[in-house]
Amino acid sequence: MNPLDLAGARPGPAFTVTFDGRQIEALPGQTVAAALWAAGITSWRTTRRTGRPRGIFCGIGVCFDCLVTVNGRPNQRACLVPVHSGDVIRTQEGTGHED
Amino acid sequence: MRTDLAVIGAGPAGLAAALAAAAYGLRVTILDAAPAPGGQFYRQPAAGLRAGRPQALHHQWRTWERLRDALAACDAEILTDHHVWAVECGFTVHALHGPGRQESAAVRAEAVLLATGGYEKVLPFPGWTLPGVVTAGGAQAMLKSALVVPGRRAVVAGTGPLLLPVATGLAAAGAEVAALVESADPKAFVRHIRALAAKAPEGAGYAARLLRHRIRFLARHTVVRAHGEHTLTGVTVAALDSGGRVRPGSERHIPCDTLAVGHGMLPHTDLAESLGCRLDGHTVRVDGEQRTDVPGVWAAGEATGIGGATLALAEGHIAGRSIAARLRSREPDPREWTAAATVRGRLRTVARGMDAVYSPPPSWTEQITDDTVVCRCEEVTAASVRRAVGELGAGDLRTVKLLTRAGMGWCQGRMCAPAVAGVAGCELTSSTRPFARPVPLGVLARQHEDTTEEGAS
Repeated sequence: MNPLDLAGARPGPAFTVTFDGRQIEALPGQTVAAALWAAGITSWRTTRRTGRPRGIFCGIGVCFDCLVTVNGRPNQRACLVPVHSGDVIRTQEGTGHED
Repeated sequence: MRTDLAVIGAGPAGLAAALAAAAYGLRVTILDAAPAPGGQFYRQPAAGLRAGRPQALHHQWRTWERLRDALAACDAEILTDHHVWAVECGFTVHALHGPGRQESAAVRAEAVLLATGGYEKVLPFPGWTLPGVVTAGGAQAMLKSALVVPGRRAVVAGTGPLLLPVATGLAAAGAEVAALVESADPKAFVRHIRALAAKAPEGAGYAARLLRHRIRFLARHTVVRAHGEHTLTGVTVAALDSGGRVRPGSERHIPCDTLAVGHGMLPHTDLAESLGCRLDGHTVRVDGEQRTDVPGVWAAGEATGIGGATLALAEGHIAGRSIAARLRSREPDPREWTAAATVRGRLRTVARGMDAVYSPPPSWTEQITDDTVVCRCEEVTAASVRRAVGELGAGDLRTVKLLTRAGMGWCQGRMCAPAVAGVAGCELTSSTRPFARPVPLGVLARQHEDTTEEGAS
């Protein structure tokens, strides 16, 4: 059983977004983090000081570990931001302002 | 916008209060950050996923249906996607909304109910910053709202009653749950059996589900390290002795790509503290009517003490009735809420019992190596914190923060404060934050203009 079947979900058609140039599929209603998790991606940020990888930690908008660059805007919390068709999602390096 | 009562938080406490107050004719406005009401406990799948059976991920679904239907039938206004960042005395509730959360909204109210809920406490261990390590509540939140699981093989670890629904929920959603690692000692339940007897049937239900999903339950065990270079590849767990210390030689490795970990809950008290409400330890102090010591401000649910959804409903109901009476300059009659008060009393006793059973092992700081990052935002290591205390003489959380930057990052110490205090060996004191959420400078700059315009109209 997968989570979509468990909850009897019948989402609308999947759409495409890119993550670091690679195409992934997302579903209507998902957040950026959910779309990345569903695609098997758990890391989308490197830290400012030591360049270590990070992804979701708290999942509810408290911790800021899931910051990501969406459509050129850095520091978006992936667990809160809804994903839209054609979104360009990139790994955020450091503050995200130096790219 | 003007209203009689502004309810901040649309979880069980906020909704129960809003319904009780609206039933007495009050104009009620509920503000919540999520796209739909329910809070964390009744967190709903996103509308776009069109879930036909959301109850498969929930407990007490009937209660939620009653709340949802009552909310639809009453006049209370609900502002979802509204992130409250401050409440001004008097009261004006300030929130951010819209795409990018750049638009501001202000709600003026005669009374405020803080139903701000709580979030998970996680104590650090080597490797806890690796992608794949998530909070137990975070894993559950992603499952409930987005219908996703983080990986294929999970370990659920830490301490507290939340670990049971998280482990069984992940398993029901198709993840292989290799182990549930709980540091509490089953004997502790026996010592608190009087307070916890009411929880026994629920516990038995979870035991059956653990068996059905073949989840190994390792009681009196702890995770000592998460392994991996760029992502989690496994964890080392170890048994604890009767003093709560890792038993040498008991370490074993469990391969996994997900670790859902938590050590209890912390209440959200930012708004209460900035309003000047007095706290008892880390929870908002309230009286029998759920009033804080600031006139016009009530609080209910996890903000006043972690105790679960049923307790939050009872507290919210009492608060709503009290507010309805007080705003009409009437002395409320506590006989109106006798049943809710009985539930509240019983569940607060249960909560105290749970606290006593599910406390992190006393030796948890011994497992933290010097190179372990303690403050995730500012990447402050345990060595820096220990140096601040040992060489530089810091004796309290604030001095440690000033010397190391621990707690100065994006989350403002919300995630790391218990860890830093533990490693430093000092008391976990609350740190008043002027804003409950980050606010764009432009929004702050416009506050004066907005006020002036409104005053002139």
